[in-house]
Amino acid sequence: MIAIVDYGVGNLFSLKSSFAAIGEEATVTADAQVIATAERVILPGVGAFGDAADKLRETGLDRAVLAAAAAGTPLMGICLGMQLLFDAGEEFGTHAGLGLIAGTVKPIADVIPRDLKVPQIGWNALRLTAPKHAIFRHINDGDCVYFVHSFAGMDCAPSVIATTEYGAPLTAAVAKGNVCGCQFHPEKSGKVGLAILKGFCEWEGTV
Amino acid sequence: MITKRIIPCLDVKNGRVVKGTNFQGLNDVSSPVELAARYSENGADELVFYDITASVEGRALFTDILREVARTIFIPLTVGGGINSVADFERVLTCGADKVSVNTGALKNPDLIGEAAERYGSQCVVLSADIKRVDGEFRVFANGGRTDTGREALAWLKEGTERGAGEVVVNSIDTDGVKNGFDLPMLEAVCNTVDVPVIASGGAGCVEDFITLFKAVPGVDAGLAASVFHYGTVPIAALKDALRKNSIPVRITL
Repeated sequence: MIAIVDYGVGNLFSLKSSFAAIGEEATVTADAQVIATAERVILPGVGAFGDAADKLRETGLDRAVLAAAAAGTPLMGICLGMQLLFDAGEEFGTHAGLGLIAGTVKPIADVIPRDLKVPQIGWNALRLTAPKHAIFRHINDGDCVYFVHSFAGMDCAPSVIATTEYGAPLTAAVAKGNVCGCQFHPEKSGKVGLAILKGFCEWEGTV
Repeated sequence: MITKRIIPCLDVKNGRVVKGTNFQGLNDVSSPVELAARYSENGADELVFYDITASVEGRALFTDILREVARTIFIPLTVGGGINSVADFERVLTCGADKVSVNTGALKNPDLIGEAAERYGSQCVVLSADIKRVDGEFRVFANGGRTDTGREALAWLKEGTERGAGEVVVNSIDTDGVKNGFDLPMLEAVCNTVDVPVIASGGAGCVEDFITLFKAVPGVDAGLAASVFHYGTVPIAALKDALRKNSIPVRITL
């Protein structure tokens, strides 16, 4: 069973439905016990880094997520949930993240040409690092996924498993040990997105 | 490189998809769930559902349809029509919408944009405007294009994005339903005014109209249409292929 961590940010209907579509049972939960016994954990999130990090801590679910990560449970952060895996985020001040992925979440405006719109909204191609990470086993380099973001993981080169080109290469996905994260929304990325979730569900949590 | 989006729009009334010409003489077309699945399969990048129902029963039917679409289709869904309050945002977001489009509701209460953006994020708030040329200026119309608000459109869109709208839909009443191409001068003016993604709507009649749109106004991020997709005049897969051959970046599906 897959635990989708519910700490009060965002709509989790599509995420739950997308697992159902690939034949996987997922439950939306705020129960630390359920997260502790889950086979896999999804950390979702939309909104601002600081607010979300605060909510995660207020609910005490930060400890549940960290415990699952330490226990070797395959864990995927999605969008802001992926950003929370980092050491810190620089959105409306500097906020501490979970520290599972070394690096900092910074404005994409810092690295892209000024004429590009922020946030990046829309479908963009993935550039997969070689060798291809296990979560991408069912997709190909160049496949498009759906992004909505103004910030991205930076100073995290050792963990990057995919980038996307938006005036500059931006971090699209990261992985370290049993922890991975997608800046894009696999649950909104059509067949490619479902194929990534399938890859995650088959992944044993090793590099 | 980010791709240009192709967005079919489904006007839903009493559980069925309809599309009119210049907003009048609505014709029944098909089942929304069926159409949505077909579009997604053929490569639509996003879907927009407009609830044009007035009755409470129709509204409940609409959220049922939305839930069914969100359960089976995994591309971004935008919902509009009758959005007048944060409670309306909540109602459609819990049914699986990703973005909510505001039009007349925001004209009546501009604070709605900021309240919704603060609560759900700017990426969730789409400001849609029905625009028509009146006395040599672009004028915003409310109530499905029936009421002249007297507001200048470019100023309104700028204000809306400053209040927190994360995208704008520009629907030209002058070209809507005429199938003679998008309103390029109007779109150019909007792209020069706002710095959020601009979605062009109104006037698509054939594949070439989309090629012209993206070539003539590079600032446009997406092309939205209804009847040309519903009636198969412009098959989405063929459209994507034609755009790609014209060096316009698009998502090609499996």
